Amino acid sequence: MRRSRAARVILIAMVAFLGTALFRLQVLRGDENAIRAENNRLRPLAVPAPRGTIYDRSGRVVAENVPAFQVLVMPGGVRNQRALADSMDAQIERLQPVLNLTDGQIERARRRWQRQTHLPLVLLDDAPESAVAALAERRHQFPAVVVHPYAKRRYPAGEAIAHFIGYISEISEGELELPEFQGYEQGRFIGKAGLERQYEKRLGGTPGRRYLEIDANGRIQRWMPEETSLPPIPGRDLHLYLDLDLQEYIAKIFPREWEGSIAAIDPQTGGVLAYYSNPSYDPNLFIGGISTEEFRVLNEDPRIPLLDRVVASGQPAASTWKLAVAGMALDLGVITPEEYMPQPCTGGLSFQGRYARCHAVHGRQNLVESIKNSCNVYYYQVGIKIGLRRMLEHGARLGFGEPTGIDVPHERTPNWPDIDWWERNRGYSPAENEVMSLAIGQGPMTMTIIKLAHIYAALTAPGGKTPAPRLARESGAPADSAEFHTTARDRWHLEAGMRRVVAPGGTAARSRLPKWDFIGKTGTAQAPSGADHGWFVGTGAREPGAPPEIAVTMFLAHSLHGYTASGYVAEAINFYLARKYGEPFQMFATERMRTQMGLPVDWTGWSTPVVDPPMPQRSQDDAR
Amino acid sequence: MSFGDRFRSLFGDPVLFFAVFGLSLFGVAVVYSAGQLEVPNPVTARAWRMQAIWLGISLVVLFVVMRIPIRWIEWFALPAYILGLVALAVTLVVGTGGGTAASMKGWIRIGGFAIQPSQFANVATILMLGRVMGAWREAPQTVWTLWKPIVIVVVPMMMVLAQPDLGTAMVFGGVLVAAIFWASTPLGVLFMLASPLLGLTFAYLGTWVYSVYMLLLIAFLYLYRARGSEWALILGLNLMTGTLAWPLWNSLEDYQQLRIISFVDPTLDPQGSGYQVRMSTIAIGSGGIFGQGFLEGPQKRLRFLPEQHTDFIYAVIGEETGLIGGGLVLLAYLIILWRLVKLAERLPDPFSGIVVFGVVGAWMTHVLVNIGMTLGVMPVTGIPLPFISYGGSFLLATYIALGVAQRVALEQGRI
Repeated sequence: MRRSRAARVILIAMVAFLGTALFRLQVLRGDENAIRAENNRLRPLAVPAPRGTIYDRSGRVVAENVPAFQVLVMPGGVRNQRALADSMDAQIERLQPVLNLTDGQIERARRRWQRQTHLPLVLLDDAPESAVAALAERRHQFPAVVVHPYAKRRYPAGEAIAHFIGYISEISEGELELPEFQGYEQGRFIGKAGLERQYEKRLGGTPGRRYLEIDANGRIQRWMPEETSLPPIPGRDLHLYLDLDLQEYIAKIFPREWEGSIAAIDPQTGGVLAYYSNPSYDPNLFIGGISTEEFRVLNEDPRIPLLDRVVASGQPAASTWKLAVAGMALDLGVITPEEYMPQPCTGGLSFQGRYARCHAVHGRQNLVESIKNSCNVYYYQVGIKIGLRRMLEHGARLGFGEPTGIDVPHERTPNWPDIDWWERNRGYSPAENEVMSLAIGQGPMTMTIIKLAHIYAALTAPGGKTPAPRLARESGAPADSAEFHTTARDRWHLEAGMRRVVAPGGTAARSRLPKWDFIGKTGTAQAPSGADHGWFVGTGAREPGAPPEIAVTMFLAHSLHGYTASGYVAEAINFYLARKYGEPFQMFATERMRTQMGLPVDWTGWSTPVVDPPMPQRSQDDAR
Repeated sequence: MSFGDRFRSLFGDPVLFFAVFGLSLFGVAVVYSAGQLEVPNPVTARAWRMQAIWLGISLVVLFVVMRIPIRWIEWFALPAYILGLVALAVTLVVGTGGGTAASMKGWIRIGGFAIQPSQFANVATILMLGRVMGAWREAPQTVWTLWKPIVIVVVPMMMVLAQPDLGTAMVFGGVLVAAIFWASTPLGVLFMLASPLLGLTFAYLGTWVYSVYMLLLIAFLYLYRARGSEWALILGLNLMTGTLAWPLWNSLEDYQQLRIISFVDPTLDPQGSGYQVRMSTIAIGSGGIFGQGFLEGPQKRLRFLPEQHTDFIYAVIGEETGLIGGGLVLLAYLIILWRLVKLAERLPDPFSGIVVFGVVGAWMTHVLVNIGMTLGVMPVTGIPLPFISYGGSFLLATYIALGVAQRVALEQGRI
């Protein structure tokens, strides 16, 4: 058959083709390809990939790489482990005076090496220049020592950015087992926390490998030719929404005496503009492994600097929560913005045998007045109108019990109870009047600072929603976000109330800003012990009626009252908007901060009455 | 009954059996050697035991398949093919990466095992081709008569390509070409079928090269006296592939593009396939005529190649056993494929002939592409070396195919 003859010819051609290629490689080019393997041995040396640079919104560097040097000692080709360890010890002993090594450093280096004794011993991860110079002078005395340049991580802004940036360090044995680090090798540096951890895959790159030829005594003969080495693939850059100037400004003015945090987000994109937790620490300390002593100091500090108070600390939201409740009530249609609650405030309200207080006597209250006065009685009645079960269920639908999904790995879930919470934790089914506590931000609920910032950004944004907060532009599609089905008219009333908080008679009147439409809400939460905690949530817009361009939440533990925080929030908003619109910037613009700083107060406008934008007309979508 | 006859009734064609079994045992040894590294790695160090267990299972399956009458196998072709398509569809949904190919979704995990359905689907496709084309009473005379085999192969091939597993998809292509070739399809029709690929290649080379090619194609169609419908189809397909060349290129995964680019210029992708080819050729080259000795290859011991127990196992063979070992392996493949061709040409039954020659097409593609890539003369596509590479599904699938061929030899072949 002709076809089978053709098939045979093709078969023979194929084998001849492969055979020729084999012959060519092994015989004609055999010598050229042969690796000298007689007496010398090759040692693989990982070449760390430079991590991607992290930039802020204007291209300022948040995390970068700087040249640094590792000092390595090559193990000899001794098969016997004991002899190998002895020869390494002898070398380290001779190196100690040259490099000024501490016993701790030697101990750590030896411990790390003992896990993989065929690899070089890393004596110093980040050798000071003097040590590198000293080694260069005595090169011939230490033929088994390699000074290996690499790109070291550095955070120029240091303490200002500690909590969200995280840090990098050597991969641990536990992490090597995780599926997410499959293919990672011992000794590799990885992101351990914060953005460095969240975006490890993107930032980390792929390490390369080089081969050193050493003789049987560990003396370095030469680097292997380029073609046997594997160049590292650098990590990709990360671009943040962060405004590093604003971040540093906030870190500078943040009152050192109070633990607390501040988060600023752009309501249009959900991008995080600033994210600061106090007290802070220098993340550069952690790079390459923090010393035990330094870590002990940080870890045992009673003020807990390692705690990220922006996303990992839950607090009762107190009076700031009243706007979320108002938003929910407007969303559900149980109140209209103009209506007065049936009961005037007489200093408290009785409901189902429970008498709950207000901090003053406010009389008849509508939405705008209730926000300005932070009137509890008004919100008790809103809560009762919504009803406990409906408030819990609708709150869950609005995502009050969900983390925001911000792109850091350590976000804590806020507490928003379900109807069974009381049964599970207290052993009784809740009475309807529990809704009164929840309506004023008390009871079994806590919010993180970032969560409250997100809720306020959504409350005041056109359309009643904002994408979930996130730090990096590369974070992909934002997580689903809460959406308040409020009308422009509803929002006008919420904002009018918030505007009166920073106006004469309001709780934060002294924090009014001369140039921008700065509005907000104070909150004061009872602390389990000590002075009350203060909250302030504010938004800034170019002028009344314009969409807010920045939403800021601040929490100050034991600061007595929410207005304490209002000054810092106002200054942060002033800084951001002044720079955004190229207006001349005054370091402290509010009466509160100027007085506090002992500066002359040259602006009297803070005591003039508020100006509201025109109220939107009832439109089609108002007629729900 | 003489000893030879007894043997035949038990093992089928003894030359074929011993060549395959010998290569498989050699494969277990090489997989063992590939796990002997300077820096011990528990996964690759254990691989040879898994391979030995799979070889045992495969032998049992081989003897079972050899007891099934050909007519039953023919009947079973349709259910097997449908099962294969379902398994491929399931793989696309729940598939995971496996071993050194973590980025593609070609495996299904069942308990502790990961099986690769595409390998079994490949065998089922060969059987299905045999069933459909075996029913033909005359050789196909036009392009249109070939639509059934093309659909039968292209559907699973596209699903494999979507995993994305370019290498295994190429094997489906090899099977299709082999089966059409074996069905005595006229060379002109074969050329017409291949012409869209040529058009693609020429369009890539440049507009005027493509124009000249199209003129030649028109001349061919005229001289060959193609039918009107063939004119329309072939010209249409060529115009399509010619103009769609670039969009198609852009639809490839980054790493697939890189592999093709780095085949042209290995320096462009230093850490990917270019690196692998360089390391593989250095390892094979350093083997010389006699090799570095079993277990002793320094390149292998330093694990220059991550896939050295799977796709790049021929590099270990070349490094440790030299030209002699590498040459003997090639010779063994020649013997195996030769015996199968010899078997196929004697078969009176068209189903059996198509099936056996389809197996030849599949194995030939594997050998050519795999060994070719380790030698640096073929692009790097993830495709294992039959009987030797580590991987249970593939070993079992090849033994099932071998079982069918041996059954054919038993019933009607007698080489």
